[in-house]
Amino acid sequence: MIINIALKEIKSFFVTPMGWIILALITAAFGWNYFIGVNNYFEVMSGAIRPAERVGVTIYVGQTVYGSASFLMLFAVPLLSMRLISEERRQQTLPFLFSAPISIVEIVLGKFFGLFIFLSIMVLYILIMLSTLNIWADIDFGYLVSNTFGLFLLVGSFAAIGIYFSSLTSQPIIAALLSFIFAVTLFILERYFASQPNHWFSYISLMKHFQTFSRGVISSKDIIFFILFISTFLVLTIRRLDADRLRG
Amino acid sequence: MVKTLKANGLSRLFGPNVAVNDISFDLSKGEVLGFLGPNGAGKSTTMRMLTGNLAPSKGTVEICGINIVEEPKKAKENIGYLPEMRPLYKEFKVNEFLKIAAKLHNVPSSKVNESINVAMEKCGLTHMSNRLIENLSNGYQQRVGIAQAIIHNPEIVILDEPTVGLDPIQIREIRKLIKEIGKEHSVILSTHILPEVEIVCDRVQIIDKGNLVFHGSIEDLKQQRRGNKLLVGLKKVPTLKKLQSLFDIVKIEKSEDALHVIQFKTNDIDVEKFITTSIKEKWGLYQISPHITSLEDTFVQLTNT
Repeated sequence: MIINIALKEIKSFFVTPMGWIILALITAAFGWNYFIGVNNYFEVMSGAIRPAERVGVTIYVGQTVYGSASFLMLFAVPLLSMRLISEERRQQTLPFLFSAPISIVEIVLGKFFGLFIFLSIMVLYILIMLSTLNIWADIDFGYLVSNTFGLFLLVGSFAAIGIYFSSLTSQPIIAALLSFIFAVTLFILERYFASQPNHWFSYISLMKHFQTFSRGVISSKDIIFFILFISTFLVLTIRRLDADRLRG
Repeated sequence: MVKTLKANGLSRLFGPNVAVNDISFDLSKGEVLGFLGPNGAGKSTTMRMLTGNLAPSKGTVEICGINIVEEPKKAKENIGYLPEMRPLYKEFKVNEFLKIAAKLHNVPSSKVNESINVAMEKCGLTHMSNRLIENLSNGYQQRVGIAQAIIHNPEIVILDEPTVGLDPIQIREIRKLIKEIGKEHSVILSTHILPEVEIVCDRVQIIDKGNLVFHGSIEDLKQQRRGNKLLVGLKKVPTLKKLQSLFDIVKIEKSEDALHVIQFKTNDIDVEKFITTSIKEKWGLYQISPHITSLEDTFVQLTNT
């Protein structure tokens, strides 16, 4: 049942221009960053005289691309997630889902995975793009895998935030703005608490947890953080939709 | 008769406002039940509770013997619901949308195509299957809404004001369709158009301010309408006294088009006797019919008490 809802959402992305436009823009931006990264690599490395300054091509290009990816997704995900529930509210199509033999949990999970699978296209696209470096260099696949994994969890968190704010309003634009502001705040929180790395504000910053993966470390602590983060917002969404049924 | 739906003491409060107050009724297989009531009477709220879209404050709903609050998934498999605002994903084509509807309603994948075709055929949508729902006219969109509600061949079909905003020809077609659906499924239909109930429904319920004020068959409602009056056209009108000496008559009054309404004391009017008498007395009878209070009047009567 979850899969049927997810398929519906994915289909819905592809029958409206929004899905295609975001895919096109994001792909172009990644491609451009990749191109810049490869272009600059030799220039920068030939300028680096001390061996400590020299880094491998995977890390150099990877940092350029993944650094921009986390930032670009911050814009892309709210635009994709905004319609998930608020549009159903606006068009009054929620009764269609509520009167079908599916639970609210399945509806929310279906919508989440629909968006997540769509976003995965972009995450996997980056992986494939960076893997092409292997044609002329020996690249560090471990580094790519850990970054891909981290990016999956990061966009999953953005998606969970997006779906929650989408469930609060019947105006998709409001949902997009709220989830963008909220995600940005969480994302950069760490920067403002750089002097106090142990403050709990710094701990809930998404960036802090993503950084572990971008260094090439897959740490269970951060995986658990992201999974808890995603679950929290999905549970909040489920509760919000259930309130529709209870309070009317 | 197999009961497909049972509502027991259904109530719903919105804050301090009572939207639906202690409504109980049931529905048999192959029956079309009409829900009548003025705006804001609680028709839609009741339907939302019947379909599991809204939790009742009190009371229970049983769909084919399954409690909808306790086992919502199992109960919902037996319901097809078309809310007042039809829930259509307008960015999809008709067949795409119906495919989604079929899958969400647990139609086995081997039967999805078949059930889409059957539903489209029943609703006269076959030639529209490749059109975007967005581009369909109001009437066709409504048909898609109905097709969505019957795609999984449910025991109960619940339609909330299915003919609102349609033109007279479309209304006729939709009514015909509802009657057809009513042969195999149980149907609940809400409306505030009175003649519609008479044409389509077997049984009627009138709700006012959240309370059930009338519950009975269409015949009962007609009985209530027909009453104790005759509408007659007479060339020579006898006096009330003369009439009262012959029949149990309360009063005679002029109606529009130069006809007269004669009110009898009881409902069983001996029309034959009236006709023979009027010939004997040479009143010049040229028209006679039962005087039917308009449904509107009955409705106002029922909802005002």
